[in-house]
Formats: sequence, structure tokens, C-alpha cells
Amino acid sequence: MAGAIWVLGESKGSDLARVSAEVATLGSALGAAAGLDVVGVVAGASPDGLAAEFARYLPLVHSLAVPEAAETAFASAVGPSLAALVEREQPAYLLVGATSDGRDIAGILSVLLGWGVIANASAILWQDGRPEVEVSILGGKLLTTSVFTGQHGIITVRPTSVTAEPLASRGSVVPVTVSPEIALPAVTVVSRVAEESEAVPIDEARVIVCAGRGVGGPEGMHLVQALANELGGTVGASRAAVDSGWIPYSQQIGQTGKTVKPRLYVGLGVSGAMQHMVGMRTSETIVAVNRDAEAPIAEVADLVVIGDLFAFVQALISALQARST
Amino acid sequence: MRIVVLAKPVPDAGQERLRNDFRMDREATTEVINGNDEYALEAALKLVEASPDGGEVVLLAMAPDHAQETLRKGLALGAASAVLVTDPALEGSCALTTAHVLAAALRELSFDLVIAGVDTSDGGGGVVAAGVAALLGLPYLSYAARIEPSDGRVRVRRITPNGYEVLEAPMPALISATQALGAPRYPTLKGIMGARRKEIVIRTLADLDLAGARARGVEVGGAAATARVTGSRPRAPRGTPKVVQGSPAEAAQEVVTFLAERRLI
Ligand SMILES: Cc1cc2nc3c(=O)[nH]c(=O)nc-3n(C[C@H](O)[C@H](O)[C@H](O)COP(=O)(O)OP(=O)(O)OC[C@H]3O[C@@H](n4cnc5c(N)ncnc54)[C@H](O)[C@@H]3O)c2cc1C
Repeated sequence: MAGAIWVLGESKGSDLARVSAEVATLGSALGAAAGLDVVGVVAGASPDGLAAEFARYLPLVHSLAVPEAAETAFASAVGPSLAALVEREQPAYLLVGATSDGRDIAGILSVLLGWGVIANASAILWQDGRPEVEVSILGGKLLTTSVFTGQHGIITVRPTSVTAEPLASRGSVVPVTVSPEIALPAVTVVSRVAEESEAVPIDEARVIVCAGRGVGGPEGMHLVQALANELGGTVGASRAAVDSGWIPYSQQIGQTGKTVKPRLYVGLGVSGAMQHMVGMRTSETIVAVNRDAEAPIAEVADLVVIGDLFAFVQALISALQARST
Repeated sequence: MRIVVLAKPVPDAGQERLRNDFRMDREATTEVINGNDEYALEAALKLVEASPDGGEVVLLAMAPDHAQETLRKGLALGAASAVLVTDPALEGSCALTTAHVLAAALRELSFDLVIAGVDTSDGGGGVVAAGVAALLGLPYLSYAARIEPSDGRVRVRRITPNGYEVLEAPMPALISATQALGAPRYPTLKGIMGARRKEIVIRTLADLDLAGARARGVEVGGAAATARVTGSRPRAPRGTPKVVQGSPAEAAQEVVTFLAERRLI
């Protein structure tokens, strides 16, 4: 299947990462436009289960067993095997989510294969016989288009760029094996810890209530949580709130945190620093509550409430409760 | 403990501009050390300070010549010296060739650890560090929230999508740093004064041994970039927001109506 588009599937815990399903959907549309086959690849210690899940989105999925991945760091373990498979099967392009594992793999495959990388795609078109990749840069102010100068390339795709769509009928899983000639230095995995949380992960949440410095402290955080509960959402935070120790880093939105795209983002006492807006400006609806009418977050907001957040949030919770009874 | 920190000078957030050829304008704006690289530098300084046999932190950057000014900011924070790989031919380099150039520069340095930020704020894709590690055959420990060296080995707490994992490898190794490692320190006046006397070693392409890249069929430099930006357009503005003022109860009622209209509640 030389010349195909390959989509790499990755796990989140024991499930298929949602971003992988999204990239499969994006890749399928690209393949249809280009007239190229689209094939999934899942690599790992025992990849068959994940590959079967991935086959809900793609007609054909290679399941590549790499036993070392059980006890050593993922990207270094599977990189050489994936590179050997690519060299044997000769796909033209590789697509992978712009996640921690996805970026690690992209970096390793780039040097092992000598292929370029276009990172953080939000859309991919097929133009003039090659992919044209749209990337949102400078905090979302600009959209650029990029192309590869050669015949091959690796594209990392931002989470939530498209909505994943399962196929009408499940694809097939084909186990494959390779014997790579090289290995990368093994990094031992001493332990893996899942931090269970009731809330939907911030980068998958449909509603986010975001706490900024204006929330003032743990007491204010209770109010933020109460509003999130009322709206069926997840609590996110600016770096100021994270640095203050009110909420873990996993909930941070922005340049050095997560990029989110919920249907509704409500910012409470968030000023809208550039580094924060990079992570949330593509949310569908943005509501900002701030006592400062000049706060920069108004630039991206659909609705701004000017006033004290504490009084307002209490009133909003009451109004929402009154509505539902 | 000797640590090399990959420190990329980038335009200050909010001030970035593209030139007509869609490359980042590196002349027009003040530059800073990339945010995630500052976390890398802070972590490196702390590790050296805690190391019983001392050591030092060296900065490594591939950037235009005027980046020396930005590297001084890192020297003011406590790095001992810097290496700047600079060459007009490198302008417009892609991630792949950047990894080859940084790997070539690192081959000339001795170190126990290399620490880089997980990605850069000027469009960085977070792929260079992994590539450098693979080229140099260094164990690669990424997305670090904690770094603990002991007895020639290093342990890293790596952030994963649903928690974390603890990784361990022998040194020398390459680590990518996140904000979770801790906020960078501020420069002191003494640090700023001292930085003026610290050495910045300049390396051009001709100074580097790029046989490794050539052996893999990779040419370095902007002319050989594997990817190229062909266009840019501003994102469509959202339009003026609806502004709600008034008593909390009135404001709450307006917001409920707004959310209901958009079918968000
Ligand atoms: C390298 C680097 C990376 C960064 N990465 C990130 C990142 O990933 N994410 C991020 O968020 N930030 C990031 N930052 C930090 C960013 O620059 C801002 O400092 C931060 O976003 C500010 O958070 P804030 O809006 O909560 O706080 P502030 O900017 O202090 O704003 C607080 C706001 O609350 C309002 N307010 C206060 N009290 C009330 C009240 N009672 N009622 C109503 N409004 C009130 C104020 O008017 C103000 O607008 C980064 C910075 C750097 C240098």
C-alpha cells in the first residue's frame, strides 16, 4: 500500500485516545480527497484491543506488537519498529495527535526516517497533489498554511480539530511484525499512576468554568466548582490560579497548559493574558466575568459580565436552580 | 553535574509578527528565552545547586546572531556560559534539520543531562528534543514534572494524559521540561552584572561536524527545509461582545437567557 496515509492510534489509559479517533476522521477525509488509502497503525506491548477500537474509525488497522513497550517508555520503545514498518510498507504521510506521546513519536520518526514534521494542524486539505496543512499560530491570531517540500511528511494534529465519526461498519485488524535493525536506549517505566477523577478531562469537556486569580482562594474555588456542577462542566484554571496552589496543573489552560475547545467556556476573574488565550480562544461560546471592563479577554468573548464575580456567580447559580425546578 | 539547557530565544508572547515570507520576524521585537526552556533552566540550576560535587549549566541555542542579548538573560539567572550556533544559512530551518544541528553541537559538549522545554511558543511543535535524543542515542525522558538524579541514574515523573508515570534511565540522558517543575527565578542585579563577563561561544555551520546528518541523507539549513509556510491569514474576528452590567440578579437573568438561546443550558 505504497503512498497511503497512515494514522497512528494511541491510548489513554487502556482506551483509545479520543484524539486518535479524530485524527482518523480527518485522515479519512484527506484520503478521500487525495484518492489515497487511509490505514491505521497501533503499536504497543499488546495492541490488538486498541487496534480493534481504532477499526471503528478506519477500514484497515495494522496491529504492531512491540513487547518492550510493556516496561519501557513508549515512544523510544515503538519508534524503531514503526520506522521499520514505514520503510517496508512505504506510506506517503503519517498523521498523529499533537499529544505528549504523539509528539514524542513524531520527533523520533522524523529523524529515523528523515521526514519533515508539520506540527499542530487544525485542518488538512489536499491541494496540488499534496497536503496543505492549516496551523493556528500566535495565540490563534493567524492561520498559516504549510506544505512539505518533499514527497513524505509527518503531521501532528491538535485535539478537537474535528469531530470523530465512526464508520458504518467496523474495519479489519491485521497483526504485523517487524524486526528493526536499531534500538533506542531503553527508559524503564518504574510505575504508572492513573489519577482518577470524576470530572471529564479538561481537553474533552463540553463546558468549562475557568478560575482566574480573581477567584481569590479556596473559598472562591468552591463557588467555581458549584457553578461547574450546575452547568455540567469541568473546572479549568489560569496559570495564576495554578501557581497559587488552588488547583492542579492538569487543569491549566493556555500556552504551557492544555488547549481546549468546549462548547461553553466561562472565565471567572481571568484577565485574558495572551498565554491564556492561546489555549481557549477557539471555544465555541466564551463568557467572561470581570470587574474590569478593559480586561483583554473581552477581545475574544461573546458575552462579558462586568462586576464582582462572587455576587454574580451566586446569583447565576440561584437563577439556574430556579430554572430547573 | 553538568547540564546543557536548550534555550531558544523567541519573540515575547503577544509581540510576534510574521514577515512577508511568512517567517517569524526576529528583528522587530524584543526576544525572551522560550517559557518552557526557562522551566528547564530553573530545574537545571536547582539540580546543580543541590549536587554535592557542584557543576554548571551551559545554554545551547540555534538562533540569529543578535540572540546573544537574549542568552545573557539566561546567564544572568545563573548559567555559566552559552553556545550559540548561528549562521545565515540556518535561517528558515525546519524541525528535522534543527535537531541535526543541535545534536552536532551537543557532540562537542560534555554533560550528564540535557534539558529542553517540551515545546516553544513561536510555533514549535514539541518534536525537536525527541529527535535530538534519538540522534545522539541518549535515553529520552519527556514531559517532566520532577527530576531526581542519583548514582549515575535519573528518575523523571512524566505527565501522562491521565496521571503520570515514573521513568528511570542511566545518565547522560535528555529530558524535556514542563511548567510543573517550578517557576523560574528572577535575575539579581549581581547576576545581570556578572552575565556581561560570561562567555558566549559562537559556532557557525562550518565549525560543526555534520557527517552524521549527511550519512542519513539530510542537508541542514533553510534551503533544505523539509516544510515551508506558504500563506497566512488573520482569523475572522468574533465581533463585539454583548456586555452585561447591572445588579447581580439582573445580570444572572440576562446570562441565563443568553445561554438558553444558544442551547447551552
Ligand atoms: C512562559 C509563560 C507561560 C505561561 N503560560 C500560561 C498558561 O498556560 N496559562 C495561563 O493562564 N497563563 C499562562 N501564563 C501567565 C499569563 O501571562 C498570566 O499571568 C495569567 O494567565 C494571568 O492569570 P489570571 O488571568 O488568572 O490573573 P490576572 O491577570 O491577575 O487577572 C485577574 C483578573 O481578575 C479580575 N478580578 C479580580 N477580582 C475580581 C472579582 N472579585 N470579580 C471579578 N473580577 C475580578 C481582574 O480584573 C483581572 O482581570 C504564562 C506566562 C508565561 C511567562
